Amino acid sequence: MSDDRGHKRFRSQLITASLAASLAIAQSPAVAGEWRGNASAEGWWFFQSALQPEQEDSNFSVAFEPEYFTDWDDGDQRLVFTPFFRWDQQDDERTHVDIRELYWQKSLSSSELIVGVGKVFWGVTELRHLVDVINQTDLVENLDQEEKLGQPMVQLTFLTDWGTLDLFVLPYFRERTFSGAKGRPRAPLVVDTDNPVFQSSAEQSHVDYSIRWSHYFGDWDIGLAHFSGTSRDPRLVPGLNSQGVPVFIPNYDQIDQFSLDLQATKGSWLLKLEALTRDFTLGRNNAATGGFEYTLVGLGESAIDLGLLVEYLYDDNNVPGLVTAFDDDIFLGTRFAFNDTQSTELLLGGSFDLNQHSNFFNIEGSRRIGQTWKAELEVRIFDNDVPTDPFFALRDDDHVRIIFSKYF
Amino acid sequence: MKLMRRLEAGVGVTIALLLFGSYLTVAGAETPEAQGLAIAVEADRRDAGFGDTQSVMNMVLRNRHGQETSRQMRSRTLEQFDDGDKSLIIFDDPADVKGTAFLTHSHKTPPDDQWLYLPALKRVKRIASRNKSGPFMGSEFAYEDLSSQEVEKYTYTYLENEMIDGRDHFVIQRVPVDEKSGYTRQIAWLDTGEYRVFKVEFYDRKESLQKTLTITDYQQYLDKYWRASRMDMVNHQTGKSTTLLWSDYSFGNGFTETDFNRNSLSKAR
Repeated sequence: MSDDRGHKRFRSQLITASLAASLAIAQSPAVAGEWRGNASAEGWWFFQSALQPEQEDSNFSVAFEPEYFTDWDDGDQRLVFTPFFRWDQQDDERTHVDIRELYWQKSLSSSELIVGVGKVFWGVTELRHLVDVINQTDLVENLDQEEKLGQPMVQLTFLTDWGTLDLFVLPYFRERTFSGAKGRPRAPLVVDTDNPVFQSSAEQSHVDYSIRWSHYFGDWDIGLAHFSGTSRDPRLVPGLNSQGVPVFIPNYDQIDQFSLDLQATKGSWLLKLEALTRDFTLGRNNAATGGFEYTLVGLGESAIDLGLLVEYLYDDNNVPGLVTAFDDDIFLGTRFAFNDTQSTELLLGGSFDLNQHSNFFNIEGSRRIGQTWKAELEVRIFDNDVPTDPFFALRDDDHVRIIFSKYF
Repeated sequence: MKLMRRLEAGVGVTIALLLFGSYLTVAGAETPEAQGLAIAVEADRRDAGFGDTQSVMNMVLRNRHGQETSRQMRSRTLEQFDDGDKSLIIFDDPADVKGTAFLTHSHKTPPDDQWLYLPALKRVKRIASRNKSGPFMGSEFAYEDLSSQEVEKYTYTYLENEMIDGRDHFVIQRVPVDEKSGYTRQIAWLDTGEYRVFKVEFYDRKESLQKTLTITDYQQYLDKYWRASRMDMVNHQTGKSTTLLWSDYSFGNGFTETDFNRNSLSKAR
């Protein structure tokens, strides 16, 4: 646990948030639910000597994510429970437990209510998920920021002729996870997750609100959202921890954020755009990412589909301590879908800073083995010689990661 | 689901041709194109009004050495009267794709609208439906083989009648209207009694015979709608084959539009 105090409070809030679910379950006739999920083991190998003395050149880790769900009331009510467990050989911060989901869902004819811990995804682009703001990033899981912590929420969804309207009340804030001293890759200073600074005196109990409208018009899909509450992205401010050791102190500010996500699906072309503007006390941050994906079907008369991806990433990096490497970068990628019985896929990509020597190369592959196993490969290369760039700290953290998962 | 229902329903003739079936082959007053279209229109008419369906789909994939792997899916279809039908496919097996769902709003003129739900990320992705000639789940069925067979998606030519297994069949040629189709033409065999498709030959872009689909074990539901229990697709070029086994058909499930919108993808289990 990164923050025992916080997690204890989180658990107590969790109980409140899921009370309705528990009551509903208790009062309903017992319905046989279903378990599914996966267990995985992974190895990491780093190509260079570590920059930090605490770090090692390899790592081993296991994870377990079962999921229980049950439906009743003719499918109009549902309970979902998805705990997550990871043990990490090197990094105590990466060894962690989370409740990804624990919610009760009630569906009416044109509306829907979710109460509990949930997970929501917004957005359309490949490399950076700019507008996806509801759930906090479980950063120790993956640098790609696609792994999320469960978010306590009340979500009310209205399905109307003019689109889908989602209203969120988010009564408890989840802090981002960061690698510990032995974690790799990590920033040059350890992030002191035990002593976060909150702008709101309510700290993690600040109630956040969000509203999103999404709809589609022919081959256009659009989403507009507003978020008011605690920024999921902390500013990292240099400071000292309780032992007087230099660390980064995560600062969680109150923000107002407005975002747009847009996709046009024109034949084999997907045109994508995500943009946001968010107001911090220290200034306004504007960012956008957009581009296209073009798919060549049946490459060279084979069954292979080749997707070509180009995305431009902009961020004004206007808020001190909140700096992304993707400020003026272009991402180029190729996605191979082999369309074989093993569902083999391969994504090769690279992002290139248009102003300075800061490049990032990424390979992701996956293939089913037999009927219930899956093998995944990740290779990440950081090519950087600009000390002011966030990726500079990762310049000697090139690595390969191999994951074997058993699904049930 | 409608993806299959046109295939299942088969193809027929207009009422006039139905009443004077012999006229078709004897008099030849109509052009082969008009006859072919009339057969397709009648097949469509005969299957209209089914409302909604639900079924379980078992897919057995065989490579050229005869090694088998399987897939299991459920499909739901909602009939539309002024547009192509809406369908939802939910994957149950293999376990790593369990919960993945695939929503199609088909249209009389392409492209269809398609969304894919990825449960691990809770992400709904709009996908390019033009990528229709690609294989569905690594099988010998292409997406377009399984998509809604609207009358408007082909131009037709009646070729001949042929007796197979003691059944008389119309043999018609279908040429896809969409230039992105993986086929230059298809030859379909439909029984003259009930207008059900029993066989389809698929010709690839080089005009060579690529695949043959054989449909068997038809059963009638609600005293009207014919649905097949088994479909075998053989790829002559690769030696691979796929068998689709359909079961647990149900009609009148009370599905509504909200069961087939983007939001419904994340709820599909």
